[in-house]
Amino acid sequence: MSTLTQVPVATEAATSRPTYAPIPRRRIARVELIKMFDTRSGFWLMASIAIAALLATAATILFAPEDELTYETFATAIGFPIALILPIVGLLSISSEWSQRTGLTTFTLLPNRSRVINVKVMVSIGIGIASMFVALAIGALGNIVGTAIAGVDTSWNVSVQEFSLIVLANVLGMLIGSMLGLLIRNSAGAIVGYFVFNALLPTLFMTLANFKEGFRDIWPWVDFSYAQGALFNGDPSGEEWAHLAVTVSIWLLLPLLVGLYLVRRSEVK
Amino acid sequence: MIKVEHLTKSYRGFTAVDDVSFIAQPGRVTGFLGPNGAGKSTTMRVMVGLTDPSSGSATILGRPFAELPNPGREVGVLLDASAQHAGRTGREILAIAQRTMGLPRSRVDEMLELVSLTERESERRVRNYSLGMRQRLGIAAALIGDPEVLILDEPANGLDPAGIRWMRDLLRGYANRGGTVLLSSHLLHEIEVIADDLVMIGNGRIVAEGTKAELLHAAGTVVRSGSSAELCQALRNAGLVVSASDDGALRTEASAEQVGQIALNSGIALTELRSSDNAGLEEMFLELTAETQREGAAA
Repeated sequence: MSTLTQVPVATEAATSRPTYAPIPRRRIARVELIKMFDTRSGFWLMASIAIAALLATAATILFAPEDELTYETFATAIGFPIALILPIVGLLSISSEWSQRTGLTTFTLLPNRSRVINVKVMVSIGIGIASMFVALAIGALGNIVGTAIAGVDTSWNVSVQEFSLIVLANVLGMLIGSMLGLLIRNSAGAIVGYFVFNALLPTLFMTLANFKEGFRDIWPWVDFSYAQGALFNGDPSGEEWAHLAVTVSIWLLLPLLVGLYLVRRSEVK
Repeated sequence: MIKVEHLTKSYRGFTAVDDVSFIAQPGRVTGFLGPNGAGKSTTMRVMVGLTDPSSGSATILGRPFAELPNPGREVGVLLDASAQHAGRTGREILAIAQRTMGLPRSRVDEMLELVSLTERESERRVRNYSLGMRQRLGIAAALIGDPEVLILDEPANGLDPAGIRWMRDLLRGYANRGGTVLLSSHLLHEIEVIADDLVMIGNGRIVAEGTKAELLHAAGTVVRSGSSAELCQALRNAGLVVSASDDGALRTEASAEQVGQIALNSGIALTELRSSDNAGLEEMFLELTAETQREGAAA
């Protein structure tokens, strides 16, 4: 066993100490990816994305009217549960370091916290994009099987541009999850925050717009899900892109920066 | 080597660590002693960059922790054995550390063997581990990078007597090979058996510091004889301050050598003569940290 025998006899003048190479970003990314899958809860969260896609496909085949059995129908059906789950993946990857207290190890092995968070967000985006392609494949399969069962023509009415926009919408949604995980740093709290953000906030804005005439014009500039919706509808206008840019700055970039600042300064216990 | 210089950490209106300075030398085990809440863990968290100090600094091997390129290769850290994802297996936890540090995969098995966790235990989720097993796993994770410095917070917690003995031998061997070991504890006996140097902290301040030999020497001598009263008188005649305890033992601050000489000169046969090690350390500990004791009373 070569365990401790190599510890050099350290004296005051231990200049012969080996110098170690800094930990490369790729290695951190690999470790973070493993950490997302290697717990039972992490594994099933990932698996639930594929399961939800399969269930949505099956439901579309069973319940959608024949003339609506198009690729778009499948894509929409699959996209909905995925858009709901992906942000939780991004959120837990950050918040669990505090809730499970693994941060004590993570941030002693990697003292540069912003670097770790950075890599986590990158890995989340990678997973988001990858799972959209899985969904794309499952939807294509459903479209072929579904139309064959119904005996109608298979129609591929989702363009590359539309798919790209949906991917973008989902990645943004996922980043919202990362932002909440970073800002709240507690898994249960962050998930509650996510549902508030995702369900309560849009309803609030809608109600506000109904009662206050003056708010109606401001609405698209402050409601993230309103602006995000344009991406799902395909081909957003210049103004809709502007809505997106403004709401992303308010609801994503700003809180991300605040969260990053807090994480760098906070105590890990 | 670990060097702590004028370290202070205050929270709103409360100073957890107050101007603490000490050095943990290579080749020695430094025991970090203090009652609950004295600031041991806070000091250790500052050392490894988990907490920012209000002022002062801590360096490890001459550099602040955050500047170490691959900290796990130079400093092994165990702050809280329970701070692990309960859903991971012991093996997975070691594998994460091994991958992060860029070590060969074989290190995981080597470490499991070193801390005596069996193959089957390593495949179990940490949720099902006893505190002793978690502590072993934590020590394995601290040692996996083959570091030169070890920082361990209450590592003996939850270990059975055999486990404590095992850890003591492990750390002794580690220091003998030139490693620096800093371990905290509130278990006096534990620290006394293993440590070469002691740093005693109370209320966030250092109350005593030095080699164990120095500190224990100051703690005095315990002596017994068949004729206790006679011995007591002889010692007092020699100008020593003597206190007698119920069980017939006499305690004095003089050295064992001096006491022995006095007994010889007076022709008194002794049944026991020793430096008042354990009790002395405990007494010193209680006395020095009296203000911070929750019980409020010194011994």
